[in-house]
Amino acid sequence: MKLRTLQFGVLALLIAAWYLLTAPGIIPAFYFDQDNRAAFFFGEPQKVFWVVVEWFVSGDIFIHLAVTLLETALGFSIGALSGLAIGLWLALSPTASAVMDPYIKGFNSMPRVVLAPIFAVWFGLGIWSKVALGVTLVFFVVFFNVYQGVREVSPNLIASARMLGASRRQLLRSIYLPAAMSWVFASLHNAVGLAFVGAVVGEYLGSARGVGYLILQAEGTFDINTVFAGILVLTAFALALDTAVGAFERRLMTWQPRAGETEKI
Amino acid sequence: MSQEGVPALALADITCRFAARDGRGGAYTAVANATLEVAKGEFVSVVGPTGCGKSTLLNVAAGLLEPSSGTVSVFGEPLIAADGVNRRAGYMFQADALMPWRSGIDNVIAGLEFRGVPRAEAVAQGEAWLRRVGLAGFGDRYPHQMSGGMRKRLALAQTLIVSPDILLMDEPFSALDVQTRQLMENELLALWAEDRKSVLFITHDLDEAIALSDRVVVLSAGPGTRPIGDFKVDLPRPRDVSEIRMTPAFATLHREIWGAMKEEVLKAYEAQKVA
Repeated sequence: MKLRTLQFGVLALLIAAWYLLTAPGIIPAFYFDQDNRAAFFFGEPQKVFWVVVEWFVSGDIFIHLAVTLLETALGFSIGALSGLAIGLWLALSPTASAVMDPYIKGFNSMPRVVLAPIFAVWFGLGIWSKVALGVTLVFFVVFFNVYQGVREVSPNLIASARMLGASRRQLLRSIYLPAAMSWVFASLHNAVGLAFVGAVVGEYLGSARGVGYLILQAEGTFDINTVFAGILVLTAFALALDTAVGAFERRLMTWQPRAGETEKI
Repeated sequence: MSQEGVPALALADITCRFAARDGRGGAYTAVANATLEVAKGEFVSVVGPTGCGKSTLLNVAAGLLEPSSGTVSVFGEPLIAADGVNRRAGYMFQADALMPWRSGIDNVIAGLEFRGVPRAEAVAQGEAWLRRVGLAGFGDRYPHQMSGGMRKRLALAQTLIVSPDILLMDEPFSALDVQTRQLMENELLALWAEDRKSVLFITHDLDEAIALSDRVVVLSAGPGTRPIGDFKVDLPRPRDVSEIRMTPAFATLHREIWGAMKEEVLKAYEAQKVA
């Protein structure tokens, strides 16, 4: 509990500093020539707060949030599933893996954000161009983890399952898939974050809805308070998503040893 | 299959040559012209210096590894590695081969599951096996929540639940402390006495080999390992592994087999020092 208090203390301190340094007339302007300039460039915490409140009270934000979260969810699930499937396939088929290797490496080294304009042309300004960007970002994280995970399955474990009579399909289901899943979960936090990035960057480059679109609009009119409000809402939801993934992971990965784990009596 | 005299497991003239891993140098011959038979219901131990290819021999018997030359017969029928593993054998590994993402009971019934046994029936059998290896009530624990000894018991139940006709064991207890090890050896003997499977037991520990087996086969030092001694252990059964070590008959056997083994152990030691 003491930790929580301290954590909130840091937040309060930051907001107080922000307020003191930007509110016109509290301290004399020491960098800008006029004392309302700081507020113009950095926004003011109380105004940002009221923008957020206004969004949620009027309900204007919900359609934008829903669009951004939908893009994130679609980008994440399509990217993760295809990464899992193709990772399993390439890890279990040495020939395919050898053939595809330079292409995989190439696509991975490419800065994939540059694909966003092309996706906008291909898929239009609706949600699918953002989903496509999210997919390209998520896919590689999951793919490499699964690929690595499957190749590192202990040969003993495979031999043991074969001796117990596992067919090739049963090996895939009982050994490779669970082994890969633990690596997928290790990359899940990263993948969810990247799907979110894909959605917001996509919106930023051209869209009619979404939190990224809100930020872009506000920036166009130099409305710094609204830009910060958008960033705050995004951050809060990214944190919430991350917490949700963590809870999900803990539920599914009960079999994994945790450091210093003792029995509850 | 039913005729007496057909060995449960027969390795005839097995040679295993491995290509050098780094590409240069010649191939490494791990096992050369090895012939070994295990009769029905016989407990055979194979002892030899470290790194002499004991595990290679066992993998050949399991059908996990195809020998460069030579044949393996299981109850008179040839085993061809390309067709798959030795279906009549269970294999207990030196290292942990439990599935860490499965609870104890799900690990035990894995073999039944692979054979398509309905889950309810499999779980009932699994619980019975957990009781037999002294793990009743631990079925819902994951392997990482168990001690080394408990994991070995679990692996034993996992192997035995599908009632293999042949049991292949690769230094299964070598990672355990001495006390746990003797307990496990006694339990293995008790389980084995119930239905007398054929056992091929690999170990580097001569005490363990003599205490458990009907016959001890001594392997030469690698490379080109082959059996160089075959000793009958006619100690009375049932045995208690910690007590039988104190008997004079055991000491005599030990001296005799060690005499055959000592030179090979020294050879292996010298070879490792050079390498």
